[in-house]
Amino acid sequence: MISDITLGQYFPGKSVIHRFDPRLKLILTVFFIVLVFCAGNFVNMALVYATVICGMVMSKVPMKIYFKSLKPIFFIVAFTGILNLFYGTGEPLWQWGFITITLNGILNSIIIALRIIALILISSILTFTTSPTQLTDAIERILKPLTYIKVPVHEFAMMMTIALRFVPTLLEETDKIMSAQKARGADMESGGFTQRVKALIPVLIPLFVSAFRRAYDLATAMESRCYNGGNGRTKMKILKIQRNDIIMITFCVVFLAGFIAIAFFVPPIIR
Amino acid sequence: MSFIEVRDLKYTYNLGENDAHEALKGLSMNIEEGEFVALLGHNGCGKSTLAKIFNGMYTPLSGSVKVDGLDTSIEKNQIEVRRKVGLVQQNPDNQLVAGIVEEDVAFGPENLGIPPLEIRERVDEALKAVNMYEYREHAPFKLSGGQKQRVAIAGVIAMRTKCIVLDEPTAMLDPRGREEVMETIKKLNREHGITIILITHYMDEAVQSGRVIVMDDGKVLTEGAPREVFSNVELLKRHKLDVPQATELAYKLKNAGIDLKGVPMNTLECIDLIEQYINS
Amino acid sequence: MTELNVIETKNLSFTYGIGTPFEKHAVKDVNLEIKQGEFLGIIGHTGSGKSTFIQMLNGLIKPTSGTILLNGNDIWAEPKKIRNVRFKVGMVFQYPEYQLFEETVIKDICFGPMNQGLSEEEALKRAKEAAFFVGLPDNLLEKSPFELSGGEKRRAAIAGVIAMDPDVLILDEPTAGLDPMGRDLLLTQIYNYHKERKNTVLLVSHSMEDIGRVADRVLVMNKGEKAMLENTRDVFSKGYELRDMGLKIPQVTHIMQKLKLMGLDVDEGTLRVEDALRQLIPLLKK
Repeated sequence: MISDITLGQYFPGKSVIHRFDPRLKLILTVFFIVLVFCAGNFVNMALVYATVICGMVMSKVPMKIYFKSLKPIFFIVAFTGILNLFYGTGEPLWQWGFITITLNGILNSIIIALRIIALILISSILTFTTSPTQLTDAIERILKPLTYIKVPVHEFAMMMTIALRFVPTLLEETDKIMSAQKARGADMESGGFTQRVKALIPVLIPLFVSAFRRAYDLATAMESRCYNGGNGRTKMKILKIQRNDIIMITFCVVFLAGFIAIAFFVPPIIR
Repeated sequence: MSFIEVRDLKYTYNLGENDAHEALKGLSMNIEEGEFVALLGHNGCGKSTLAKIFNGMYTPLSGSVKVDGLDTSIEKNQIEVRRKVGLVQQNPDNQLVAGIVEEDVAFGPENLGIPPLEIRERVDEALKAVNMYEYREHAPFKLSGGQKQRVAIAGVIAMRTKCIVLDEPTAMLDPRGREEVMETIKKLNREHGITIILITHYMDEAVQSGRVIVMDDGKVLTEGAPREVFSNVELLKRHKLDVPQATELAYKLKNAGIDLKGVPMNTLECIDLIEQYINS
Repeated sequence: MTELNVIETKNLSFTYGIGTPFEKHAVKDVNLEIKQGEFLGIIGHTGSGKSTFIQMLNGLIKPTSGTILLNGNDIWAEPKKIRNVRFKVGMVFQYPEYQLFEETVIKDICFGPMNQGLSEEEALKRAKEAAFFVGLPDNLLEKSPFELSGGEKRRAAIAGVIAMDPDVLILDEPTAGLDPMGRDLLLTQIYNYHKERKNTVLLVSHSMEDIGRVADRVLVMNKGEKAMLENTRDVFSKGYELRDMGLKIPQVTHIMQKLKLMGLDVDEGTLRVEDALRQLIPLLKK
């Protein structure tokens, strides 16, 4: 069911991670994702994982939920891992026809799998501990300088806020409309490709009509609450770099130095 | 001067086109500060149009609407008018903007450019007033219909509006949600002195108001205290409006020659009246 | 003539998230029989399991345990043929107007019958009959469904289900959001349809007054279980039990129950104002 998807969901809380400045969290997420791709050996990877696991624990979001977020990408991990198994170089460990498996191939695929998992976990920490509004708010503020070159940053952020707010509502509505059409005998489970696309029309049209109706209501609601674009708007939640954020930044600088040092001394497994 | 003054108001949709539709046909009414007014009338009688006219979303075609002395048809008054008169609509899913309850409630004050600390204060206050404070960090999606409507109300009062117009706020709710919303608006009216204009189809809600205005075909049909209006059972029935069963029963008993003293608005009053009659 | 059961449920249950900590019984062990041709009201507050229950009856939700017999046959005996069950048990969801999609009203009403595999002619004939039952005038049938008023859209959507000529028609809150006039009219049309076709109708509603007006029997759902299934007047005469489940009884019924307690000889299962008047006038006239 739709409610089973945890990826991108927010879990309210009061942990240290929850309280970090969302701008910092966003930048750090990008920072760590870059590092994950730079981690070419197991020592560096272990360092990244140690930090990620620390982050997961500190977020106080149940571990089970992190594992749940990994479930849907299990196939991608397995698929890319297995694919990379065959692309190793060096002494073959095992050979059958044109399929060769080397030690390098095995290590390669392990590193790749670890990278994808780390990627998901890092972005999960961000989305689990940061509300969608905070996230769009952070994006709006980070991109603020772009307003000088006439990029509509506020409008873009508002669009994202609204989109995120209405995704669950529209998913639920899709469910309802599908049930209603199935009750009228619509057949959505069988038939070829074109037949299935055709079967979507009775779902898509009502969905669009309803989205327009909602948009109209929402515009009325926003206007009657004095929305007038980004000008003169204030924010309830002010973002201020606090002590914890500075500690975090310091940690990251040290981390980066350590990471580079290790990368320098330990040879990479992956090119 | 009344808080809201409506004079000879006319409004037509799609003016000058083939499908022009005259929604309001010369309507006048006054609404005093601190009043709880229920607006009744069946679909298409112009109630929802009127709701959007009260807060300046629509401007009158002819006639005038003044809110706290401000003419709503003057464009530079519009923000000020919306600060005074908030709107809550029917569909609880369509009027919440943000993905977190407290951030949604903050939306109005943020638009007004209020300093952050004061917004925080207002948001907490507003959420407490509608009894949703403990849900402040929840996603609106997970709330019940009644809870969503209460958040929408909080979003309006966080702007410190003097008046809330509610356009059939309970039409899509279950009985429990309806009760929650009614309790909330009665409390806001009683304890915070907020003027309430409630548009509704439910007579049991209308009887809880201080004054009922019945609209029909773009005009005011009748108005007065609920007891006065509902004692006019014939008129309401003729215009296809409901009366509470208790009122109808007493009215028909009277017609049959049973001399009940008064017009009951609910079951308990009706039972009392019959009891009095038996004992007399 | 023997009474036939059009629907029979045996230990019908539905549990969400089996094996997870979020396990929740939406419907628990419901055993009941619905007679051919009866008008059954279903009440229960939000979360009582009534919408899961009705969606199981037409195979939109598969029960986690228990069986549903439709005209004596297990509907899940051949899961591939579940679509046929949906034609026999027509389901009108809440706010059905949001399912309209065709270019014209008449085409939309034909959607169900065409899915049944009827010829275009036959489907049109059915659609026109259905439009008549819900009181949609002919001049609206060629219009786009999106041009209709709210009440007309609702009727068009209901006609779309009636046109499938189901043995059982289930309606979930068909009058929600309509004004008193629209509520009255629609309820009357549904009732007339029931009388004329002699079909079984299941009506879910929060309005006890509506249920009191049309239902022969009432099923009360509470916490996923069948709390009562009796004649309408017997159900509403148990005002206190209903109130404990968060349900209200019609105002008239409430008044008559209080008067009975005061020693007046009245029927505590009275549901309509007219019935109350018939009893009270002779009693109160001196």
